[in-house]
Amino acid sequence: MRVVVCVKQIPDPASPYELDPDTHFVQRPTDQVLDDTDRFGVEMGLSIAEQTEGSVTLVSMGPAGNLQGIRQALAMGADKAVVVDDPALRGADALTTARILSAAIGREGFDVVIAGTESTDGYSGVVPQQVAEFLDVPALSFAKKVELEGETIRIERQTDYGYDIVEAPTPVVITVTAGVVEPRYPTFKGIMAAKTKTVDQVSAGDLGVEAAVGQEIISVRPAPERAAGEVIEDEGDAHQRIIELLEQAKVI
Amino acid sequence: MPVTSTWVFVEEQDGRPAAISLELLTKARTFGGDLAAVLLGAGSEELFSELGRYGAAKVFHLTPDVQLPTAAAAAAIAALTVSHEPDLLLFGLTSTDRDVAGRLSARLEKPVISNAVEVAIDGDDVTVTNEILGGAQLVDTVFRAGAPYLVVARPKSFPAEPGDGGAPELIEVAMPDVGPSGSAVVTGRHVEEREGPQLEEAAIVVSAGRGIGSAEQLAIIEELAGVLGAAVGATRAIVDADWVPYSRQVGQTGKTVKPDVYIACGLSGAMQHLVGMKDSKVIIAINKDEEAPIFGISDLGVVGDVHKVLPKLVEALKAR
Repeated sequence: MRVVVCVKQIPDPASPYELDPDTHFVQRPTDQVLDDTDRFGVEMGLSIAEQTEGSVTLVSMGPAGNLQGIRQALAMGADKAVVVDDPALRGADALTTARILSAAIGREGFDVVIAGTESTDGYSGVVPQQVAEFLDVPALSFAKKVELEGETIRIERQTDYGYDIVEAPTPVVITVTAGVVEPRYPTFKGIMAAKTKTVDQVSAGDLGVEAAVGQEIISVRPAPERAAGEVIEDEGDAHQRIIELLEQAKVI
Repeated sequence: MPVTSTWVFVEEQDGRPAAISLELLTKARTFGGDLAAVLLGAGSEELFSELGRYGAAKVFHLTPDVQLPTAAAAAAIAALTVSHEPDLLLFGLTSTDRDVAGRLSARLEKPVISNAVEVAIDGDDVTVTNEILGGAQLVDTVFRAGAPYLVVARPKSFPAEPGDGGAPELIEVAMPDVGPSGSAVVTGRHVEEREGPQLEEAAIVVSAGRGIGSAEQLAIIEELAGVLGAAVGATRAIVDADWVPYSRQVGQTGKTVKPDVYIACGLSGAMQHLVGMKDSKVIIAINKDEEAPIFGISDLGVVGDVHKVLPKLVEALKAR
């Protein structure tokens, strides 16, 4: 099967990102990393491709930088990547992102599209569903388990109350939760191979998509701060202080 | 055009409206104007009148078949927006709501702003507030694409309070055939055993993170929760590791809780966890690492070993 995995390069979460004070967009350094949750999608994609003698293409939108994050996913074993990097797309909303990704995915051709349930820096969590609608395919969303049976994909779909078993024929969009599979670590051979794999860099115009502005950030402000209280070292009696606080809160 | 008509998407869960939808109806009442609910799921007189009590003057009712109903529901709602022209549609941050809102947005070619913790209407402007950086900063975004405005809100952003509305007008809506998009079928349903107080409603939540050590060592957390009559929460890390089911997860991708007391045990306070619990009235944290970010928002931080502090705490509480 032709598997397309949507991935995103994000600023390293170890050092919190900042918003550009003028544009309110996330400042994106040249060095970005693969969104950790995307490793699950890449692994799932590789697993489906391996079972079906298929291929894995990565599709990504955002400033390409030095492509470090994309190379991380290629090093896991993906075959090639398409990166849509266009200054006109800075600060693009979820809908524009979905339009771009759908156009890129459609151009590559696909049987299965895999995405994480949401990115770690944006969290809108609606892009895969928008992509599914634009591509006119079913979305098997919030999968915590994925099985392949011929041309049918069956998942356990995480819900508020447990999970549903949902299945659909390909072509299909699947969104995976972290924990759906154990992502492999890139091998040395994989890391070396990733350096020479094809990364197509395209613009919105190449895909025939015009960036539309549907929403605008008008302010970024600090949230009311919650002051830190006392911090104590446990010397064998910290539980007593906890009990005092529970009493004050009138819960015991 | 000012906002004069708001619709709230309501997923039926186990015969009742999803909790988030009652929060959204309560919020929507403050906007004035017309208020309707779009109900997806099995209907009943009791459910309809509950929606009425919360302010819905109309209920558009969609009844799912064996299909995963999200694609067809989005198509049905898209058609309804053309004929009824609502200005604002509110959804909750749940699996079904997100599926429907995303598809609806693409179908209508209108943006959807997700993860909202506040929605404000000022004349023609609808402003949505999001939290970023674990709730340290607030971002205000205004729609520029014209109505209908689509918003997905975080649970517990607004209180749920019934009003005095009467029985709503009921409008049955057929689920359209949407071709390939609608071809996902639900073949089974697994409902987790729900024991003890519910996470979202409990006065006390005791949460565990990886610092507890292992799935077996969670026993002390269960024991403390038992003594306190508390619900047990968890970080994403230990849900992903399969120590506890997803229904226990607190944070960005899990549940939002606002209990009287939140006791964080062996969890460092990753940003994605903080957004799910930072509005708890009192936060107590126990962690070995004095640098753990959770201490930055705790009323009481105990630097120590959970497996030394908690057994003593349980014993002392039992002795009372």
